[in-house]
Amino acid sequence: MATTGIEAPGRAQIGAKTLRTDRWWITPLVTFIALSGFLVYSTWRVLSNQYYFYEPYISVYYSPCLSNTCVPGSGFANTPISWWSLSPALLTAWIPLAFRFTCYYYRKSYYRAFWMSPPACAVAEPHGKYTGERRLPLIFNNVHRYAFYLGLLLNVVLTWDAIIAFRNHDGQWGHMGLGTLLLVANAACLWMYSLSCHSCRNAVGGRITHFSKHPVRYQMWTFVSKLNKKHMQWAWISLGTVVLADFYVYLLASGRVTDITFF
Amino acid sequence: MGYLAKFRVWRGDNEGGGLQDYAVEVNEGEVVLDIVHRLQATQTPDLAVRWNCKAGKCGSCSAEVNGRPRLMCMTRMSTFTEDEVITVTPMRTFPVIRDLVTDVSYNYEKARMVPSFAPPADLEPGDYRMAQIDVERSQEFRKCIECFLCNNTCHAVRDHEENKTSFSGPRFLMRIAELDMHPLDTVDRRQVAVEEHGIGYCNITKCCTDVCPEHIAITDNAIIPLKERVADKKYDPLFSIASLFRRNKDDRTAPPAAKV
Repeated sequence: MATTGIEAPGRAQIGAKTLRTDRWWITPLVTFIALSGFLVYSTWRVLSNQYYFYEPYISVYYSPCLSNTCVPGSGFANTPISWWSLSPALLTAWIPLAFRFTCYYYRKSYYRAFWMSPPACAVAEPHGKYTGERRLPLIFNNVHRYAFYLGLLLNVVLTWDAIIAFRNHDGQWGHMGLGTLLLVANAACLWMYSLSCHSCRNAVGGRITHFSKHPVRYQMWTFVSKLNKKHMQWAWISLGTVVLADFYVYLLASGRVTDITFF
Repeated sequence: MGYLAKFRVWRGDNEGGGLQDYAVEVNEGEVVLDIVHRLQATQTPDLAVRWNCKAGKCGSCSAEVNGRPRLMCMTRMSTFTEDEVITVTPMRTFPVIRDLVTDVSYNYEKARMVPSFAPPADLEPGDYRMAQIDVERSQEFRKCIECFLCNNTCHAVRDHEENKTSFSGPRFLMRIAELDMHPLDTVDRRQVAVEEHGIGYCNITKCCTDVCPEHIAITDNAIIPLKERVADKKYDPLFSIASLFRRNKDDRTAPPAAKV
C-alpha cells in the first residue's frame, strides 16, 4: 500500500490517479509545446551570434549590445565588458529569462507542464517527494523582484530601440516600417507584462497595510492590480512579440526579405 | 422531463471500499446533492453524506464529482449529458470516515495554529475605526465558507501525506494573509507563515483558486502577496537595508506561541 499521496492509508481507496473526464491534459501539453518552442528558438538565436541588426532595427535578444564583437552600429561603445568574445546576447538575454523563469504565472505553467507537479488540478503527480520552493534551486524564485527590477532597465533600452526605429536605414528621422511597428508593439507589450507583475504590485503598494495613509500608492496599487488580472495574457502576448520582432530582424539582416516601409 | 442518470458512488470506509453503480432519477433543475439524497431515500439508506444548507454557503457537501473537487449542492445536473456516467467520491486528501464523509480535522488543527487577530492593547472593542480601503482587500477572504476544497486540491498535501505536518494549505495561508493585511493587527505574521505554515511549499499552481466555490482569488490576492511580504522580510537584503532608513518603522511584534 502506498504511504503517501491519494492512496495513503486512511484515505478512500479509489485506485485511479484521477477520475477527471475532461481533457485536462490539453493545457499542459500546449504549454509544454509553446514554451519548449520558445526555448529552442531563443537558444538558437542567442547562440547564433549573427543576423541581429539591420539599421535601425536590433533584435531584442541582442539589445543592449555590450561587447566589441557587436555588428557596427548595434553596440554601445566603451562598455566595461567590451572584451567579451562570445555571443553578446549571452550578456543580457539571461535577464528576461530570469524574469520569466521566476514569474508567478510561468511558475504555474512550467510546474504543471514540465514538472507535472501537478499536471492539472486533482490529477496525481508522479513524484514521491515534494519540497516546494524551500530549497535550492527553486528557493531563488522568491527573489523574483530582482529579475523584475533588471527587466525594467531592459525595457527602457528596448523602448529606446523602438524610438530610434523611427529613423530610416540611413539614420534620418521620419521613417516607419514593419520593423518599427514590431519593435514598438514589443516594447509596449513588455511594459504591460512587467507592470502587471505580482512583484510590481507588491512594490507599488501591496506591502503597505494602511492604504488610507498612502493615497498615491493606493492608486498605483489599484492600477497595477487591474493589470495584474491579465498578467497571464501579457506573459503570452509579450512572448509572441519577442519572437516576432526578433524573427523580422533576422529575416531583414539575413537578406531574406526587404523592409516593408509605411513612410 | 426526468431521466435515469448513471451514477458511480464510492462506498466504503477507511478499511476499504469501491465505486458502486446506480441508476437514479433526475429532474429538471436538480443538483448532484439532490440525486445523492434521492439515492439515499430510494436505494441506499445507509449512504453517508455530509450536507447542511444546500445553498453553497455552509461548505459541508464538499466531494469530488467526475474527479473535480466541487460542492455537490452547487453542481448542476444540467452540466452533464444524460448518457454521462457521473462519479462521486469523497475528498481524496482527507481520511475517509464512511462513503462520502471525510475527516477534515486536519484543517481545524491548522486553524488553531494561526495566531489570533491582535488589535493594539489600548484599543477597546467597539473603538475599532478603519477606512474602507484599508479593509476591503481582506474582506474578499472573509467570503470563505471553509469547504476545504482548496486544501483538498492542493497537491502539496493531496499527493504528499507527509507534508501535512508542515504545510497548512491555501485556506490558512489566506487566513494569515488576511490578518497580515489587517490595518489594526499588531502581529508580524511573516515568520510563522514560513516556519509553521509552510508557505514555501506553495508553488503557485493555482488549483486552490480554480476550485474555490466563492471565487476568491486565493493565489493572486492572498498567497502571492503573502509570499512577497515574506520575501520582503526573509529574502530581500536590499529591502531590509532600506527599512533601516524608513521613517515609519514596522513595529509589529512576533506572534505568541502557536496553540497546537
